[in-house]
Amino acid sequence: MSIRLRLDKPWRPLTAEEAARLPGQLGVYQIADAGGVVLYIGQAGARSTFGLRSELQRELGERGAGCQFRVEVNMQYRSRWFELLMVHQADHGSLPPDNAKNPPPNLGRLSPA
Amino acid sequence: MDFEPSSEQQMLIDQVRRYVREEIIPLEAKLDPDASELSPEDHKRLVEKTKAMGLFGIDIPKEFGGPDIDIVTRTLLAIEMAQHRAGLYVPCYGTFGGAGLAQIFEANDDQKERYLYPTLRGEKKAFFGLTEPSGGSDPARAIQTKAERKDNGWVLNGAKIFISNADRAQYGIVFARTDASKGRAGITCFIIDSDTPGFHVRRVVHTLRSSHYATELEFKDCWVSDHQVLGEVNKGFAVANDRLTRQRIPYAAGCIGVAIAANEMAIEWAKMRSTFGEKLANRQAVQWMLVDNEIDIRTAKHFTLEAAERARRGLPFRTEAAIAKLTASEGGGRVVDRSMQIHGGMGMTKDLPLERWYREMRIRRVGEGPSEVQRMVIAREILGSNLR
Repeated sequence: MSIRLRLDKPWRPLTAEEAARLPGQLGVYQIADAGGVVLYIGQAGARSTFGLRSELQRELGERGAGCQFRVEVNMQYRSRWFELLMVHQADHGSLPPDNAKNPPPNLGRLSPA
Repeated sequence: MDFEPSSEQQMLIDQVRRYVREEIIPLEAKLDPDASELSPEDHKRLVEKTKAMGLFGIDIPKEFGGPDIDIVTRTLLAIEMAQHRAGLYVPCYGTFGGAGLAQIFEANDDQKERYLYPTLRGEKKAFFGLTEPSGGSDPARAIQTKAERKDNGWVLNGAKIFISNADRAQYGIVFARTDASKGRAGITCFIIDSDTPGFHVRRVVHTLRSSHYATELEFKDCWVSDHQVLGEVNKGFAVANDRLTRQRIPYAAGCIGVAIAANEMAIEWAKMRSTFGEKLANRQAVQWMLVDNEIDIRTAKHFTLEAAERARRGLPFRTEAAIAKLTASEGGGRVVDRSMQIHGGMGMTKDLPLERWYREMRIRRVGEGPSEVQRMVIAREILGSNLR
């Protein structure tokens, strides 16, 4: 049984066209700069109007052009979000910079093999 | 046995019911439907309220500063505390405080100083490490994590799975096999600090509970001293078993609370919603579903309070706790399922708490001993212990 810890799909440019093509489903996403450095790990929860699509459209509106993104449709969006944050912390020693500004309370720690 | 609440119990029930309806549910409406935590500010504010109510640290024994609530009253309050969206697994978002793991109250004085008191002060959190990839229903035989003697201590090697909070805890209680030839008499309970070299939280285990996750642990040449043995060597299974039996009563109470809340929603909806020119409440098919809900709830409540009352009196309650856990988890699941059916399409959405309860209630038929194990416990009582 293979269990994928990291979100390792290819990056897509964060543009209005790309965001508009996203599903309206629940899930998680990552935003990176042009060099592929992860800036933020987010979730499209059940309060998002159109799931991943509206979350990424909001991100584009706030960040402007020049970023990249990747998404994962996932009904377990909350536990998957916590997992991605913990894995990032284990891999890099810190949270992505935009998550570090407002870290979730009581985030756990993983030491993935 | 008379299960009618005393006037004092009823006063506490009313107090907790008001707290859930006036404090928890309005805050919850603003959270993600799968959230399991309040903001730190809201949590702190509500803890002050439960302290003012005299109910903070509700599970802490009186001799350690708890509010001296007997197990029957505690069960009645647990039923109330569960009656909100997150209530099955996170009743009132933990604002009534925790007592930590029951086993740590049995620790020696040195261990109490290092673990129990910091836990009661809220400085440390713990996890309970019993289940392994080899199985959870029969831990006495399934435990393969080994602890071997070395340098005035023990070296642990093995894995645990479905362990809650291990990634956030400062220590945990871990069961390991110390004598392979002795079956359940060869298991020892250890207290493991989570910064001990060789202790790893390897991954998150995603389940039906999107709000929360379990973890998988690995012990790789994890050395601990003799001071970390909880209780006696090779007598760890009794520690685990006692906890599993006792835990079944509040576990059942949580299921009942959610079932009551789901049924109340279904009744309200049935009185309000019309189809083909008739209220749902006037249709026999719906009436019968509501009747079946009522019977499931009353049955589970009766058996759960019976188990609690026997525990309060110091009588054996293993069979009664099994019946309570079985009827509450299975009956509660049926109640939530019927309530969703009555709500139709709305019942399937995250707009209402029913879908979360449906997912989480399904876990209750497996957690804390699956239905089949409860039936085995009851069968032994009926047919005699030679069936062991």
